Amino acid sequence: MELLLVIIIGLLYAAGIYMMLRRSLVKLIIGLILLGNGANLLIFLLGRIVKGKPPIIDDASYVLSEIYADPVPQALILTAIVISFGLQAFAIILIKRAYKVVKTDDLDEMNATDEDL
Amino acid sequence: MLLSVLSGFLLAACLPLVGKLLKGKLSILLSALPVILFVYFLSFIPGIANGESYHFNYNWVPQLGINFDFHLDGLSLLFTLLITGIGSLVFIYTSSYLKGHIYLDRFYGYLAMFMSSMLGLVLSDNIITLFIFWELTSISSFFLIGFNNDNESSRKSSLLALGITGFGGLFLLAGMIMLGFVTGSYSIVELMEQTDLIHNHPYFVLILVMVFMGAFTKSAQFPFHFWLPGAMKAPTPVSTYLHSATMVKAGIYLLARFTPVLGNHEYWNTTLIIVGGITMLYAAIHAVFRLDLKGILAYSTISALGVLVFLIGLGTDEALLAASVFILVHALYKATLFLVTGIIDHETGTRDVSQLSGLNKVMLPVGIAAILAAISNAGIPPSFGFLGKDLIYEATLHYGNWAIVLTAAAVITNICLLFAGFLAGIKPFVGKLPQKYEKLHLPSPLMYVPPMILAGLGIIFGILPMIIDTPLIKPVAAAILNTSPDFHLQLWHGWSVVLLLSTITIGGGLGLYFILKPSEGLLAKATRFEPISPMSIALKFTGIFESTAKGITNVLQNGYLRYYVISILTFLSVLLAYKLFQGFDLYINFGQLTDITIYEVIVLGIMAVSIVFTVFTRSRLVAVAAMGIIGYSICLIFLFYSAPDLAMTQFSIDTLTVILFVLVLYNLPKYLKLSDTGSRVRDGMLALIFGGLISLLTLEVLNEPLEREISAYYAENAYTLAKGKNVVNVILVDFRGADTMVEIIVLSIAAIGVFSLLKLRLKSIEKE
Repeated sequence: MELLLVIIIGLLYAAGIYMMLRRSLVKLIIGLILLGNGANLLIFLLGRIVKGKPPIIDDASYVLSEIYADPVPQALILTAIVISFGLQAFAIILIKRAYKVVKTDDLDEMNATDEDL
Repeated sequence: MLLSVLSGFLLAACLPLVGKLLKGKLSILLSALPVILFVYFLSFIPGIANGESYHFNYNWVPQLGINFDFHLDGLSLLFTLLITGIGSLVFIYTSSYLKGHIYLDRFYGYLAMFMSSMLGLVLSDNIITLFIFWELTSISSFFLIGFNNDNESSRKSSLLALGITGFGGLFLLAGMIMLGFVTGSYSIVELMEQTDLIHNHPYFVLILVMVFMGAFTKSAQFPFHFWLPGAMKAPTPVSTYLHSATMVKAGIYLLARFTPVLGNHEYWNTTLIIVGGITMLYAAIHAVFRLDLKGILAYSTISALGVLVFLIGLGTDEALLAASVFILVHALYKATLFLVTGIIDHETGTRDVSQLSGLNKVMLPVGIAAILAAISNAGIPPSFGFLGKDLIYEATLHYGNWAIVLTAAAVITNICLLFAGFLAGIKPFVGKLPQKYEKLHLPSPLMYVPPMILAGLGIIFGILPMIIDTPLIKPVAAAILNTSPDFHLQLWHGWSVVLLLSTITIGGGLGLYFILKPSEGLLAKATRFEPISPMSIALKFTGIFESTAKGITNVLQNGYLRYYVISILTFLSVLLAYKLFQGFDLYINFGQLTDITIYEVIVLGIMAVSIVFTVFTRSRLVAVAAMGIIGYSICLIFLFYSAPDLAMTQFSIDTLTVILFVLVLYNLPKYLKLSDTGSRVRDGMLALIFGGLISLLTLEVLNEPLEREISAYYAENAYTLAKGKNVVNVILVDFRGADTMVEIIVLSIAAIGVFSLLKLRLKSIEKE
């Protein structure tokens, strides 16, 4: 399974970067999201994956014992997902706004300062 | 002592605050500082005359061996007196010269800053501190040259001056550090005791080059001399103070100071003689062709600096004595001529020597000062200049095989200098007064008394050399020679070859003065050589440098986001690839792998297909939908592998993102194919390479053992300390609660941003 995940991570990275290199702003954002997903999976995988053992202490005991999924990468990813949502939401609105003003989502045509518009 | 050195900085720091009050007549009060310092340094004369020297130590950065170690000996004393003495007169002169100027307080601030830096420079025993003060003089000079900052050529000149002197300064720093490295000490006094070690060290030549670069740029030696004529854009008091009497002599000071350390070596002497000799001849001949009074003085100053370097290069007792005397001679007459030029400029509004004549009739005291200075400059007895010139000739005549060549060079230089001095000091004041200048009147005494004092001293020291012989000059020579010399300054040496040479010089100079009339034609002839002058070459070099820098910047900082990304990724890929393939052996520990189930394969398959769709679809909606599917698939993977919290978060966030996309983007333009196939292939290759590298990296990391200490801590303490059974939740809201709070703040900021962007849109619609 790890091998398949490794391939998917590579794919996500490649797709994300390819999209980031496009001229369209929308594609840039999509690329960013893909890249973020790839990074999250990467962290998840590097924390080692365990099936069916969520890091939740069962009712009877006070500490996690036996084999359990690593809670630290999970906490990190949770934070990352939420933060990247903040970024995405802002970026999406910004694209819309920028399009309203400059009538393009082509990055190459957006390199002038507002005085030249 | 520390206070006396730093007082100028304190004054400069106070001026912006109280400067407004001082702009009127009070500005002359500021002259009190240099006067007090002058008196303070005068009080050291008796001690210095007795052969003592004074040390003052104040810690600054003792860990690095950088301290305010001041060492006052004859050489330093002469310079401190010049700095504070001429400084006093310049301060007084300025109060009238720049009366009512809106930035007068600023000007005084720069002047005070310069004075302090210069004092620090000549007093520092620590060579690193010396370098710091050295740079500070360059910086204050930059501000003073560019004082008329609304004038473009002023700004250019100041930049040029800073560029050249700063460039040399860096060499100097390197030289100083090497000296410290070789000897293990930053103290000049201690360096003097290790002369043999330094001379025989393999770094010696390198150190010499570095120190020379510093000194030559600062003291405007050929081929770095060209910043000095440009520096004449500064107000005249600045030219007087910095660019003739003190700052440009910093290089001379440095050479003199290091004579006991680095001197008395073939390389040292030869280089200095050649460079000094070329400079003095080149600049002296140049001075003859100038029309602008300040231009004449600038070139004659360069020439005089050349003479000083030349004398230090000769290195004999006589030469060094001559240098000590000539420093003072030159400071006195050149400062006078500059101040006089300032008055002429101030009153008549022109500095063109071919237009000026007969000013004696309207400003006699100024004329007297100028003529006295010109006499001293010419070396006509009984002036101090005569004495100085005699010493120079004696030094060259007694210099072994090359005596004739060197003497001839000195004579030619002196003839030209004499001519230049007459042109600047006598020509404007004799002859017929043009009608347009008849209404001129004498300026304020604050302006004409300072040059008169200086010019007067130039004559008094000539007639009565014993006044300064033992107290001032001898300790200077002693400091440079590092022994105590046996001589007496006297005006009359009897009939000798030296006297004959003096007569030739005076005769030649006078002849030149009567034959050669300054005119545009002469100037034009001289400017024909401009394209091959060091200045043009330096400017061309700067131009090439600038366009290269621009080219590189345009390539790297091109303003296209994707090219930045490309360059960063390419660099990263190369680095990663290099590291990976250097010590990389790929092996997969199949025993550790988790089993594959059919659900997972299906999920991953859907993901792969969605990724391909996201990238290649022509429809934005499809891309967004495919992206949503990728998100949900990840959500499932989280679910399979025991991360229910992640799955929930991913699910909700992904849903929100897709909805937002669909809601907001429906009215965007068509999803265009903007780039050509070539760049698509290139980007695709880069993306695949980078993705592949990431995959390899991940595999490699998976083989490394995992440290679970932190997880174990949380697993043990989640319930016992934080009373929570869901460890991930406990980490987020309890153990790392502060982080989560900051995260919430970030999200709120993003929300405010989103909200205000939407709000803004409403407003602009209303406007329309």
